[in-house]
Amino acid sequence: MDENKISQYGDELYQAFLERKTLTPFTEREPEITLDDAYRIQLRFVKRRVEAGEKIVGKKIGVTSKPVQDYLGVFQPDFGQLTSDMVYQEGDVIDLSGLIQPKAEAELAFVLKEDLKGPGITAMDVIRATDYVSPCFEIVDSRIRDWKIQIQDTVADNASCGVYVIGSAKADPRDVDITMAGMVLEKNGELFSTGVGAAVQGSPANAVAWLANTLGELGIPFKAGEVILSGSQSNLVPIADGDELVCSVGGVGSCSVRFAGRSAV
Amino acid sequence: MSVTLNREEIVRLCERVEGAQTRAYSIPKLTNEYPGMTIDDGYAVQSELRRRFIEQGHTLVGWKAGLTSKAKMKQMGVDVPSIGFLTDRMARPENSVVSTSDLVHPRVECEVAFVTNKDLAGPDVTAQDVLDATDYVLPAIEIIDSRFSGFKFDLESVIADNGSSARFVGGGRARHPKELDLRTLGVVMEKNGEIVGMGASAAVLGHPAEAVAMLVKILHDLGETLPAGSFVMSGGITEAVAVKPGDHVIARYQGLGSVSVRFGE
Repeated sequence: MDENKISQYGDELYQAFLERKTLTPFTEREPEITLDDAYRIQLRFVKRRVEAGEKIVGKKIGVTSKPVQDYLGVFQPDFGQLTSDMVYQEGDVIDLSGLIQPKAEAELAFVLKEDLKGPGITAMDVIRATDYVSPCFEIVDSRIRDWKIQIQDTVADNASCGVYVIGSAKADPRDVDITMAGMVLEKNGELFSTGVGAAVQGSPANAVAWLANTLGELGIPFKAGEVILSGSQSNLVPIADGDELVCSVGGVGSCSVRFAGRSAV
Repeated sequence: MSVTLNREEIVRLCERVEGAQTRAYSIPKLTNEYPGMTIDDGYAVQSELRRRFIEQGHTLVGWKAGLTSKAKMKQMGVDVPSIGFLTDRMARPENSVVSTSDLVHPRVECEVAFVTNKDLAGPDVTAQDVLDATDYVLPAIEIIDSRFSGFKFDLESVIADNGSSARFVGGGRARHPKELDLRTLGVVMEKNGEIVGMGASAAVLGHPAEAVAMLVKILHDLGETLPAGSFVMSGGITEAVAVKPGDHVIARYQGLGSVSVRFGE
């Protein structure tokens, strides 16, 4: 795909993000679009947010579970970039009116204390370079109409990043079995679903190692202090005005979030 | 108790279930013949089966809770779990080969098992009472086997069939529940090296000790108690998975190690 088209599509995504509108899937408009094209569109989309004053604060890993990979017909995760306006603190109320068609996912977040430069990074390097892990919620959102996404559509759309909140609970990954740590997700006081770390690429640390190696190939920096959302351990949770979610990770702690307002769709 | 069957009918149904269990063949669900059969009728048949097994020299070692997940209760249209009894003849050692030739359609579930060191009785037992009366918890695999043809059954028939109880394997690491968060315990079940089930222990009524408390209440309704030294399986955390000869199943638990079993002819 030529550079003009990449820029055009990246700009369309940025505009859709600003106006809370959705786009026709790129895979419908450009049946030949490659994954590489999609990442270039993502870079353009994120560049527009950075030019508008945001900072890149981390990465998210998506498409980490086998059911989702099977559904999208891929055998590896994808990633998107986290920017400063996406961050909420635990206890904040997330304003849904800023989003288009949001859903929530419960995940384990990693915060790095050392740079991770792939290729050649393994799960052991990830543990070594991790300052702490925390339970978190990612509120995914799609600028693509009705979430009708193929892998190229979600990658171009910054891996369907919306906003996120990291719980104040922390654990050192040397003290917790992050592969076997259970995840309990409650919605409005009722059990919604349960999961376990192994649902994410066999272990959340594997997902982070994949990310370090992929970023290394692309020459994208992966620095100490960055936040990594390692991939969903729960089913997608529909959310609406007044909902409250709590996720608890065995041996780590919990994260809660509340929602107010109405999303665009 | 609302038992509608007379003594003769209870004995006849019990003999039918006993025959199916001991000679491994399937039978139509009992409600085909007795559409008005109640849950209490189911327990009356189960109690008769227990009495006969004990008379034949089997030793009662404990109980199991079934239908402990919201999804399964909804599926069966009930709001309480069911229970079944466990005898020494159903126990198999960790990592042994369990024969399938004397089973109808075996399936495996992974569960948290409790071993008690105090008597538990009455209608008001709480999860905390259960934890206070727990000597230790350990990983368990339950091999369930519905004796009803084509998996067509209802709650009344399943209860009469002793809650599909067939075999059980306990193993892994015994631990005191005070050392664990029994709500967020992560579990992964693998069959032949592939993950076939994942979840956290809250999938069982919010907390496995809640299921044991519920079990004691049902025992109370049956005029029974749970004596110290009982082995109790608290209910499947993962979906039941079908097994056949040659299969190897391992269930891994956060903080409790793992338990495995193989299947042969």
